[in-house]
Amino acid sequence: MAELFQFELVSPERQLISEQVAEVVVPSAEGEFGVLKDHAPFMATIKPGILKVLSEGGDWAEYYVRGGFADVASGGLTVLAEQAVPVGEISTEDLEQQIKDAEEDVADAKDDETKQKAEATLSQLRDVVEALKAA
Amino acid sequence: MPSLKDLRNRIASVKATQKITKAMQMVAAAKLRRAQEAAEAARPYAERMGAVLANLAVAFEGRDDAPKLMSGTGNDQVHLLVVATAERGLCGGFNTNIAKLARDKARSLLADGKTVKIICVGKKGYDALKRELGQHVIKTVDLRSVKNVGFSDADNIGREVLSMFDNGEFDVCTLFYSTFKSVIAQDPTALQLIPASFEASEGNDSNGAHAVYEYEPDETEILADLLPRNISVQIFRALLENAASEQGARMSAMDNATRNAGEMIDKLTISYNRQRQAQITTELIEIISGAEAL
Repeated sequence: MAELFQFELVSPERQLISEQVAEVVVPSAEGEFGVLKDHAPFMATIKPGILKVLSEGGDWAEYYVRGGFADVASGGLTVLAEQAVPVGEISTEDLEQQIKDAEEDVADAKDDETKQKAEATLSQLRDVVEALKAA
Repeated sequence: MPSLKDLRNRIASVKATQKITKAMQMVAAAKLRRAQEAAEAARPYAERMGAVLANLAVAFEGRDDAPKLMSGTGNDQVHLLVVATAERGLCGGFNTNIAKLARDKARSLLADGKTVKIICVGKKGYDALKRELGQHVIKTVDLRSVKNVGFSDADNIGREVLSMFDNGEFDVCTLFYSTFKSVIAQDPTALQLIPASFEASEGNDSNGAHAVYEYEPDETEILADLLPRNISVQIFRALLENAASEQGARMSAMDNATRNAGEMIDKLTISYNRQRQAQITTELIEIISGAEAL
């Protein structure tokens, strides 16, 4: 049994999780990373994607997160997400709306840099939808 | 001297008013609980955000490449005041207090020869400010159709503010709202958003505030990502605090009103009874003297 550490998942509206967990896999902007107990202090921005939590009992729980960052400190891991929903509760319309917004962002982008960013977000969102459909 | 009928009518009308204020108090109490829960649920996020930013800010102190949102534009000629109030009245001094704080600030800025721009969130703030500062109000945000403030509402305002900042339309941004302390105490608060000010949370933070962090992507990019987000988060928090304060203020205002109505009814009832008795006495005297004359 893996050792446990404190994990908090917070969105602006509420605190979703605050408990001892065994492992968390975070979708960061530069690739997924897993966090176990005593991870080195680390901070990363997150991309839209699925965050996986391995609970004490050995079950994986999945959450859809969008925009925000993960903060690994000696006290544990805190994920601050602009939006965080348990995978079972996501509405497809909501995601489609976000994709539409992202498409508009791409169309509205004035310079290359913003356009690149918007396109990245868009493709990440599409990945999430694909992943959800597959599941 | 009002007649008996007048008194009866007045008592009836005060009673009707009392019923309304009583109902409003109860509605406010129910809403208050929800608003308070929402405000408390949002606190961890805002606090965490503040802690992380304070951490990063230390790393950037005194560096030239610090983002403008943190270091400011270098001057303070144009001030943007974001005044968040309620959409509805009948909540005691709630709106007035926020408006007053904002107005005092605007006055002192104008006296110093600065330019003032105002964004009003909520109708009541605009109503209170338009007479004196109407020409400075550049935008009003209407949240009347919004029942429970969501993060997206705050985010929209935040984006607006940011795009103005990017276009160089102001140098300093201050947010006015009311901090919810308790049902009877709400503090009008001015919070400087841009350039961001952090309370240095130094000392022995249990999170290892000064541990060597690794950043991915690097600090600059994270900070560039976080600072704009922080604006929206702070606005969101302010809106939630405001919502709770508004209901609290309304609750105590309506409680007072109900009590005053009760006192008034008591007084009116006393004078009604006195007059009724006086009338009865007069009638009796008339009858008795009539009978004696026979």
